[in-house]
Amino acid sequence: MKIVLQHLTKTFPGRGKGEKRDVVAVNDVSLTIPDGELIGLLGPSGCGKSTALNLLSGLQKPTAGRIFFDEEDVTALPAEKRGVGLVFQSYALYPHLTVLQNILFPLQNLKGKERLSKEEMREKAYEAAGLVQIDGLMDRKPSELSGGQQQRVAIARALVKRPRVLLLDEPLSNLDARLRLQTREEIRRIQRETGITTVFVTHDQEEAMSISDRIVVMREGVVQQVGRPQAVYDEPDNLFVARFLGIPGINVFAGRVEGGRVWIGHDAIVDAQDVGDRDVFVGIRPEGLLLAPDGPLPCSLRGVEVMGRDINVVASHPCAKSASIRACIGAQERVDARAQTVRFSAKPNKTFLFDRETGARIPFAHC
Amino acid sequence: MKGWLYLLPAILFLGAFMVYPLIDVFIYSFEEGYNFASQTYTGVGLYNYSYVLRDPYFLQALRNTLILVVVTVPLSTGLALLISAALSSIRALRSLYQTVYFLPYVTNTLAVGLVFMILFKKTPYTDGLVNLVIRWFGGESIDFIDGPYWAKMFVLCFYTIWTVMPFKILVLTSALASVDEVYYQAARVDGTSKLRTFGRITLPMISPTLFYLIITGFIGAFKAYSDAVALFGTNLNAAQMNTIVGYVYDMLYGDSGGYPSYASAAAILLFAIVLTITCINLLISRKHVHYS
Repeated sequence: MKIVLQHLTKTFPGRGKGEKRDVVAVNDVSLTIPDGELIGLLGPSGCGKSTALNLLSGLQKPTAGRIFFDEEDVTALPAEKRGVGLVFQSYALYPHLTVLQNILFPLQNLKGKERLSKEEMREKAYEAAGLVQIDGLMDRKPSELSGGQQQRVAIARALVKRPRVLLLDEPLSNLDARLRLQTREEIRRIQRETGITTVFVTHDQEEAMSISDRIVVMREGVVQQVGRPQAVYDEPDNLFVARFLGIPGINVFAGRVEGGRVWIGHDAIVDAQDVGDRDVFVGIRPEGLLLAPDGPLPCSLRGVEVMGRDINVVASHPCAKSASIRACIGAQERVDARAQTVRFSAKPNKTFLFDRETGARIPFAHC
Repeated sequence: MKGWLYLLPAILFLGAFMVYPLIDVFIYSFEEGYNFASQTYTGVGLYNYSYVLRDPYFLQALRNTLILVVVTVPLSTGLALLISAALSSIRALRSLYQTVYFLPYVTNTLAVGLVFMILFKKTPYTDGLVNLVIRWFGGESIDFIDGPYWAKMFVLCFYTIWTVMPFKILVLTSALASVDEVYYQAARVDGTSKLRTFGRITLPMISPTLFYLIITGFIGAFKAYSDAVALFGTNLNAAQMNTIVGYVYDMLYGDSGGYPSYASAAAILLFAIVLTITCINLLISRKHVHYS
């Protein structure tokens, strides 16, 4: 099922005292989600991603714009007729029903010709339960299950009707770190096996990057960038996207381009032959900062974080936009933790220039 | 040790004014020929019970009480459920309606009695509002206060339902409001009909509250007395409108009073009935009430 959003807008009436400005939760979003893909809607809280999901499910009506499932215009279709499966952040399992009854619930709603016999319903319920591997827990109540198991039941309940679209609202946020890793693989596997077009919402960029075919980065209701996770990470369209993706975050410096070189303070970091002289923000990914005894960027060393697989060198620089900057280096490299200053060189392909005003990326040719 | 010290005042008061009288009532009910003045009795046995169970006034009171219970508890709970469900599904004027439905609860009993007088009482000047309506539709005027048994019973049930409903509506409205909206969203996405959502989701979710209301409703209806007095005066036996608690009161203090043994036996019988009904309720509730 291909999903097309056309100029989708959702405003809520403002409730502030005096100033009654409408809150625009989703602002003119146009997006095409190809059939059978897993899409991560990504953004900080309040960016409108959950509202976008609610618009897709039909629980909320858009203020303007249209939604198409394939060629069918579903904008006016109420939630119950859209054929979507929705997994809530809190799972919303009916606490008084057993796992089996929970999964059967959507099937029992079917009427007329669609209505299945009792045996068929059971068969379908067990099939969905088998897919998420909870068929051994069918007689339990939700309260007797762990968070991860409840999550699976919620997915099974959403899948049992064979929805045209599967929507997941912050599916992993209620799970502990270990379970999160396991469950996200699971979601990926289930999505592959069923081939159902799936949209999930998350504020966790790692989660979105790791399993999505495509990610959609949103900010204040506006789509910032859409693309394959690696592509968005490697080629961010603007400063917001560059900052939002990656842990540790990108290091941002106030700098300028002068004479075809990028300057931070009094130091020329990389070449940028095709950019005219101007003030810019310079973003360098942590893995783009390399320790070099004669590197062009001197920073005062503040400490070393040992992560096991690699080391974060924490330093500060007067031109940096944040109190500390971080460089990710291999664990085998030696850092003298007592040294006052460290010098870095920057990888040109991990260095980005952004407009001071708009934050838009300024492309430059590096050799 | 310290804990017991803190509990002491409560234990003393409850012991003196609750537990001791309870035991005393139990003992009285087995003392035959008890004389209130001399505090003596002639023997111990079940005579008091057999007397009470053969007393036509008691049987009348028992019958009235049972009718009251069977009619008012389901009706008032059902109506309260309907009204609170309707209240939670509207947005405009909700607080106004909530106030209106809660008014009877805070209204003075005498004022309520007056309203019922205007509605039902026949006086030399008017037959009451309800009779006016009945005659409007071409019916015969009925004396609801001094007339046939069923008419009086109707008024009593009507009055009881009217007075117990506000509290139930209040409790049920808050119970309905406490059901997480996300369950309704989940049901909507799954295409659940309104009726099924109510039956399969709302009702089980509020079942503990509903069950509490039913149990207390049963107990309250079995203890009915003051409502009957408010409507039909103190001579309830003559009006055929006595209740078990009324019978107990009459046996103690009424014109034919001064028989604490009979009163105790009747009270113990009432206790046994309420206990049985409550146990049955509890048994049924095991299957249908879902505590989270």
